[in-house]
Amino acid sequence: MSATTTVVLAGVGGQGTILGADVLAKTAMAAGLDVKLSEVHGMAQRGGAVDTVVRFGEAVASPLTDPGHADHLVAFELTEAARMIGVLKAGGRLVVNTRVIDPLPVLIGQVESPEGLEGRLAEEGATFLDAEALACDAGSPKSANIVLLGAVSTGLSFPVELWREVIAERVPPATVDVNLHAFELGRRACGEGGECLL
Amino acid sequence: MSHTLLSGNEAAARGAWEAGATVGAGYPGTPSTQALEVFARMDGVYAEWCPNEKVALEVAAGASMGGARSFVTTKHVGVNVAADPLMTLAYTGVGAGLVLWVADDPGMHSSQNEQDSRNWGPFARVPVLEPSDSAEALTFVREAFELSERFDTPVIVRVTTRIAHSKGAVEAGERLEREDARPYEKDLGKWVMMPAMARARRSSVDERVEQMTRFAEETKLNRVEMRDTALGIVTSGVCYHHVREVAPDASVFKLGLSYPVPGEALRGFAGSVDRVVVVEEADPYLYSRLRIEGVEVDPIPLPHAGELTPGLIGRALGHPQPEVREAIDVPPRPPLMCPGCPHRGAYYALKKAKAIVMGDIGCYTLGALPPLAMMDSCVCMGASVGMAHGMTLAGHGSTRPVVAVIGDSTFVHSGITGLSDAVYNGGSATVCILDNRITAMTGHQHNPVTGKTLQGADAVEMDLEALARSLGVERVRTVDPHDLEASVEVVREEVVADEVSVIVFRAPCALLIKEPEQPYAVDDEACTACGACIQLGCPAISTVEGRKASIDITLCVGCGDCVQVCRFSAIELTGPACDIGGV
Repeated sequence: MSATTTVVLAGVGGQGTILGADVLAKTAMAAGLDVKLSEVHGMAQRGGAVDTVVRFGEAVASPLTDPGHADHLVAFELTEAARMIGVLKAGGRLVVNTRVIDPLPVLIGQVESPEGLEGRLAEEGATFLDAEALACDAGSPKSANIVLLGAVSTGLSFPVELWREVIAERVPPATVDVNLHAFELGRRACGEGGECLL
Repeated sequence: MSHTLLSGNEAAARGAWEAGATVGAGYPGTPSTQALEVFARMDGVYAEWCPNEKVALEVAAGASMGGARSFVTTKHVGVNVAADPLMTLAYTGVGAGLVLWVADDPGMHSSQNEQDSRNWGPFARVPVLEPSDSAEALTFVREAFELSERFDTPVIVRVTTRIAHSKGAVEAGERLEREDARPYEKDLGKWVMMPAMARARRSSVDERVEQMTRFAEETKLNRVEMRDTALGIVTSGVCYHHVREVAPDASVFKLGLSYPVPGEALRGFAGSVDRVVVVEEADPYLYSRLRIEGVEVDPIPLPHAGELTPGLIGRALGHPQPEVREAIDVPPRPPLMCPGCPHRGAYYALKKAKAIVMGDIGCYTLGALPPLAMMDSCVCMGASVGMAHGMTLAGHGSTRPVVAVIGDSTFVHSGITGLSDAVYNGGSATVCILDNRITAMTGHQHNPVTGKTLQGADAVEMDLEALARSLGVERVRTVDPHDLEASVEVVREEVVADEVSVIVFRAPCALLIKEPEQPYAVDDEACTACGACIQLGCPAISTVEGRKASIDITLCVGCGDCVQVCRFSAIELTGPACDIGGV
């Protein structure tokens, strides 16, 4: 089990977690590893909480993971980072997009937006970045998912060129340059040591 | 061919194609939808979305009878709809191979119930294959076509969400080019299931199960992996991989053919290990089969409801669990209707009418949640219409109107018969067809109202209004749900009619609109914090300081619904997101 690396991507339906997970899985595969990816489509995608699991190693058994087992948690949204924190193992790497998408019960004033999440996640060792701002710098707010892949890539051992090749293959042709730029900005924002450079 | 990363659905489509299948039929349903979509894009095949799963299986049965290998895709509840032909196709058998790809949804990620489709095996007496991952999805579907012809039976390939929607490495092969397509010959004894012929076929069904059971004893679809003999685990499907994760030293009997099961081989396995446990998701199906076969099984405390994970299995086996970080309390995030969704306007109008709403299956089911909270029931595809009629029979409808809400695709699937019933029997319910020009929830599939087929050909567009009139509905109205005033007016007029009325709310799904309108913003000065726009439940609108409204311009698509409910003209046009520093 220790030979398999588990990455959980958590976000909100529509944020591009599925494409992000696909690029990660294909990069691992291009690196010669066995890969499994598990995602959920359908109703959850309509603005609900979505999490995708990518596991890679010499031979991967289960496509799923459990609380306390993930090596990396990449949260595309702050509340989802908090919701999914239990999945991360002791010493696991936590990358968090600071963007908040309030769930409907908060939007309609039914419940209060939780306070102090950043501080609480910082205690858990989170590395923060503002993926949407970086994505806009790269040329399109839609490339935020690739910014986050750039951030997680600094904690994984795949060569940068491999990532770039897979991104170029996987994103719409007209957006390749923007996405490669977004990837680079994500990498720069979260350097090798895991500290946030923002 | 090299390895590629495919989902179970994609791999199944590939397997059907490699097996030489030329006809595909199905109805979209998560988690099965992708299988037919991918099959439809392959060379040399014909594939269609059908109005429902029963029709899909009948189309495939006809194609099979005529000599074409045929592939049916459906989610678990779709088999209920197709059960009528399925139960008797088990008697007739097939012409060319006929395979059903059936995707169950334990945990109900996108479903109204949990059903274990393996039960169709002993119920219909048809073989059930259970792949464990994408690689097996391909090879098992290919093998299923061979078995279908060899044993003259439809074959079910049953998977779960975590196989259909999980991706793994797959080794793809070449397509089988079948030169000797099976010629059709008239055969009353095989295909005409009148009582006399059906009685004769009945015994051939039992003979086939016996032959299949002998086959089960030797097929490589089943696999015994002997390791430590202290524990022997019998498992199938994705649970096999969970077992390998948490109990890598245990001996495993992996069933790839879960109906019929190989009793002799299972008894042999049980005799070679100290203790046998069964690890399976959903029903205690294998557990029951093993008990019938006289295998002593040690019960372990696994939940039958929901999905299994390696951790849950480990706990049931008594393994130590890792330390878990303390949970952080956050509000729930239910799925919701998109910004600009046309269903919102329909619910706004029904809320004004204080209607009792019998609901149905689709994106509009999300209207059951606050703040709209405008749905009183959701049972199965098409149920809204019959249930609305039934509600009026219990005496409702005079103080609060009784309304059915059903999408275009769901109406065609199984709402038409309900409407016919209500009209024929002099009912009075109001049937609202939310026609957003697509089957939206499953990811935008075409259907008989959209004017396109699965493979992109132009198609005849069903005229919903003309259909309703032909069923005998005299009060048929059409309205744009983004015109809130008109929608309220039409609902107000129709719900008081003492006869069945049909209101077609017609506007395309917001996700079909590629170039959104300019977003709106709230004028903070003019906003009085009345909350009217908030009550629309649009994810682009939120409450801020002092309970005033705010619009997220990165989400707003400019549908203008909120502008119409604002009595203080506080919502106005703005510019694109990145330009004005919205993020």
